[in-house]
Parts: sequence; structure tokens; C-alpha cells
Amino acid sequence: MIELETTTPYFADKPEVLSEILSRYPKEGRRSALMPLLWEVQRSERYISEARMHEIAEIVGITATEVKGVLSFYSTYHEQPVGKYHIQICSTLSCALAGSDEMYDHLVNELGIVNGETDAEGRFSLQKAECVGSCGTAPVLLVNDTYYERVTRSRCQHLIQALRQDEMPEPWRERGGDTEGAAKARPLSQPAPAAPAEEGGEA
Amino acid sequence: MSDQNAGRAELVNSRHDPRYEVTMYRHVGAEGSHQLAYYQQHGGYEAARKVLTSMTPAAVVDEMKASGLRGRGGAGFPTGVKWSFMPPPDGGPRYLVCNADESEPGSFKDRYFLEDDPHQLIEGMIIAAFAMHVTYGFIYIRGEYYHGYERTVAAIQEARAAGLLGKNIMGTDFSFDITVHRGAGAYICGEETALMNSLEGLRANPRLKPPFPAAAGMYGRPTTINNVESLASAVHVINKGAAWFASMGTEDSKGTKLYQISGPVKRTGVYEMPMGATFREFIYDYAGGPTVEPKAFIPGGSSTPMFPWEDRFLDMPMDYGSLAKNGSMLGTGGVIVIPRDKCIVDALYNLVRFYAHESCGKCTPCREGVGHWLPRMYQKLLAGLGRPEDVDLLENVVGNIRGNAFCPLADACVMPVQASLKWFRDEYEYLAEHGRPKYQKSDWWQA
Repeated sequence: MIELETTTPYFADKPEVLSEILSRYPKEGRRSALMPLLWEVQRSERYISEARMHEIAEIVGITATEVKGVLSFYSTYHEQPVGKYHIQICSTLSCALAGSDEMYDHLVNELGIVNGETDAEGRFSLQKAECVGSCGTAPVLLVNDTYYERVTRSRCQHLIQALRQDEMPEPWRERGGDTEGAAKARPLSQPAPAAPAEEGGEA
Repeated sequence: MSDQNAGRAELVNSRHDPRYEVTMYRHVGAEGSHQLAYYQQHGGYEAARKVLTSMTPAAVVDEMKASGLRGRGGAGFPTGVKWSFMPPPDGGPRYLVCNADESEPGSFKDRYFLEDDPHQLIEGMIIAAFAMHVTYGFIYIRGEYYHGYERTVAAIQEARAAGLLGKNIMGTDFSFDITVHRGAGAYICGEETALMNSLEGLRANPRLKPPFPAAAGMYGRPTTINNVESLASAVHVINKGAAWFASMGTEDSKGTKLYQISGPVKRTGVYEMPMGATFREFIYDYAGGPTVEPKAFIPGGSSTPMFPWEDRFLDMPMDYGSLAKNGSMLGTGGVIVIPRDKCIVDALYNLVRFYAHESCGKCTPCREGVGHWLPRMYQKLLAGLGRPEDVDLLENVVGNIRGNAFCPLADACVMPVQASLKWFRDEYEYLAEHGRPKYQKSDWWQA
């Protein structure tokens, strides 16, 4: 294996981060720290290199192959660097009904990359994701760890423009349903109204 | 209304009933509701105090049994009974795991607990831990819910600082603490034994049962795994009593439940309703009805077999028994409305692709059938290359997968396929015969 990247161990200068992660699990569960260690590296470096796999393997007392076996099981760990703005588009049924396929095509045209690719600049990468648990506010996309919900065509365009200027817009939180706070959560009067009072989510 | 509703009058099973009050979800969306101060100002941690200072563990389990609460993660197993499966304490560690890996398409209720009311979950875990002599707890949160993860971690730190977690909680001799563990995008981790493998740092393949988790779970020790909503429900069972909880619902389904709705309806989202409310009340009165002409609905998350848009199904109570009797499941209570103009084969391909992606590869029927052959058969049909006999072949393949896989994931894929063939076989046949779908529109993206 030819290592062109730096070989300074990630946790060399972060002993307190490492010990905090290890302290979350009982002694017999040292291997449980594997996933949080992978997350720690990926959040900082946008992927997990072979060198980091070896380092983490040594920390939890398993082989690098086992680390890779676990890492490759999951959809959200990356073995190649993703873009500064990693965009995940939910493609499952509720989002598909709300236009996620069109949104994906739109982003492919806009960014010039397809599912699984990162642009030459390293700014954007695109990943089709399976249900991310935001069906009530479909269609949804994630930019890194942030949800952008009810993404209309115009919101999608604004979002990409903002990201091109390195601005992360505040996510709009519209959730509909009962998520309108205590004031709305009263028993409804009888006889039943046709519908409860207009709630949020209809921007 | 049919005879299904006979004898339900004395129980609260409509949200229109003035006796019904939103409980679990009343703070979600309120300003600052994720913070300890807010939660305590609204009666938070009183149930935990009651349990720790005035009840025995056995009494808590009995109260849960009497409430009739059934697991809200999808399977519907009685929570109190599950708690009673834990063996007597032997001095070694015992674990409680909260399953917050919500990944079933159509489900998004637990996410808002984590984001907006994490203390309610922590309180539910304290109650459950006390009842089962648990020494340590884990919350397994799906990786995508980062906001919920941060809020939950912060809430645990607040609770610890206030003496609500850690050694000698509230000055009693009960000690308990919680670690939050982030998943990384795998639907199979919602299956409890796969979740434990994931938590132990292994590939998330399901384990053979028995041994069940209560006998040998996390690190080989007694473990109970509960859904977020089940644990939140426990808070209110203790606060208001099992009798209050059991006064809502139907014979086999008690209490209050979070239902979710997505697809083309006016007001999508999460609604708390008494169990036994009908789909019609939910979809029309609360969600405002469909915005385009519907033809079917999925009743409880993508793995539950769909129903055509007919009065007899819309008037069905949303409880465990009624759905089982009609060949489906309540699941997580996540309703998805399917418009008439959506090709049903395309809709099912979307779900089949989901399960193919999420198959863990452990057993042959799922790895080869769900992971490989089903998506290819759908692709062939949708590409216009199908022949009429392909519909029979599809039916044959799903029939052979059903009941033959290691864990429920494969059935979760093939049962909806079977239901779509039962109700909308004409669309499959039309597509196979004409090479193009009967309904062409694929989605409804807003400008």
C-alpha cells in the first residue's frame, strides 16, 4: 500500500477526544467505540483513509480488515473524500412522489456530477440516499449533516447558489402535523370541525 | 360504519372526543422544549420521581402490563410483558437499549422526540431501567439524525448535571446512565439483534434467536430494546395511570399513538391520536385530505401491505387487530398516500430498490431474491421489456421468498409486492403487455 497522505495519527494530538469516546462504553465493549471513532475521523477529514483504518483498528484491538468490513457495511462512511458540501438526496417513495427524481436530475445538470461523484473543485458531491426520515416534509436533501426540507425547485436553486458562495442557509423547519407547540395541542371541540386550524407547513 | 365499531363507545378512540388530550407530543415544536428547564416547568421527571421514590420495580412492570401498551416500533409486542422477560438480577451488568434507528420509509415520529423533547425519552428510560434493574442504557440514533443526536447528547449532559442521571438519581440508591450511539445509514439496524451487533462494533447482521436479548443481548448480558415512542408512552402511563391509558383505544390496542402521514395530502406530518381512530378521520379531518386523486394508501410504513382507496378500508380503525384481520399491519403508523396517476409498478420498484439496498446479505432468499432478482424483474417491466408471464414469475418469486428469510426484512419487501399484485394486478399486466405504464406521471415537484 502506497501512502501519499500524512501518516501522523489522527488521535495523536487529541488524547482527550479519544478517551472521551472510549469512556462511553463499558470495558468489555471496547469495540463499540469503532463507529464513533470512524465518525470522528470522517467529520474532520470527509472520508476515512486506509491509514486511519489501521490507526482505529489498533485503538480498538481488531484488524484493519475488520474495520473496513464494518465501514463498508454502512452507507454514510466514505472511503474516498467527498465534497465540502456533500449533498444527499432522499429517493424513497414519499420523496419520490414529491419530486426527488426531478430534483436529482436538476442537481446533476446544475453541478455536472452524478450519484457518487465529487466535482473537480472538491466543492460538491452527490449521493442518492434511501429514506432519511423526513417523509412529511418531502422532498428533502441533506447538506453534510443539515436537513433542507420541502425543497421546491426555487429553494433548490437558492440553496445551490448560496453554497457556491460558501454560505450555509439556515434550514427552514416546517414540520406540519402536531409540531406546532402546546397551544395547538388541545382537544378539539365537538362537533368535529372539518379540519383543525391551519397549521404551519404551508409556506 | 361497520360492526367493527360496535362496543367501542365507552373507549376514547377518536381525537374529536373531548376527553382526548394530546400528551406525548404536546411540547414538540414549542420554543425551548428540548431544554431541561422547559421540561421541568411542564411536569417533567415527576413520573421518574414517583417511580424511584414510591414504587417497586415489579409494580412498575405490572403498571405497564395493565396499561396494555404495545411496542411502537412496528411489531406491537406488549411492552410490560417484554420488560418481565428480564431474568432476576445477578449482580452483573444489564442493559436497556432505545431503538432510535427509525428508518422505515413513511416513519418520522421518533426524530422529533430526539430534536424537540429528548428529556421525555430520558425520563422514559429511567422508568424502564428502574423497572428492569438495568445498570446502563444506550440510545441508538440513526446517523442521519445529527440534529437529534446533538440535542439528545446535550439533554443527557443537562440531566446528569441535575442529578437525574448518574449515581444515586434523585438521592435514591438507583444509579443509571446513558450513552448515545450514532448509526451510519443501515435500515437493518432497526432489527433489534442487528442493532446490538452494530452497537458492539460489528457488521449489522441480525443474530439468530433464541437466545433472545433478555437472556443474552449486549455483550452477552440481559438486554431489553424498546422504541422511542414506547419509552415516551411509559412516562404518561406512570403519570396518569394504567387505567387512563387503557381507557383509550380498542380491545387489543390501548392508549395514544403517533401517526404519520406523507404523500399528496394537505397537511402532512405527525399527529398524536388515540388508537382505534379511523384512517378516514386521520387522512381527512387532520391531514386535510388528498390533494390529487388517490388510489391507494400504505397504512403503517413501507413494509405494511397497501389498501386500495375504498370506504371499507378508510373506515378501518388504526389498531393492531383490525389491520391484521385485513391482511396488513399497523407497523409504525406511517401512512403514505399514493396518487391515482402514479404507476403502481414504479411505486413498488421504488420500495423494492430500497429493500434491495438495505438487504444485509446474510441469507440467500434475501440476498439473491430481494437484493438481486426482484429489482431486476421490476427494471425489466419498467423498461418495457416485460412479457405477460413475467407477472406470474414475479408472483412466484415473492411467494418463495416469503417466510423463508433469516429476519423480517425480506418479508417487509415482498408483502407489499404481494398486496400490490392483489389490488393492482391490472397495472402490472398492462405494463407487461403494452410496454408502457397505464399511468405515466411520476412525481409532483413544486416550483
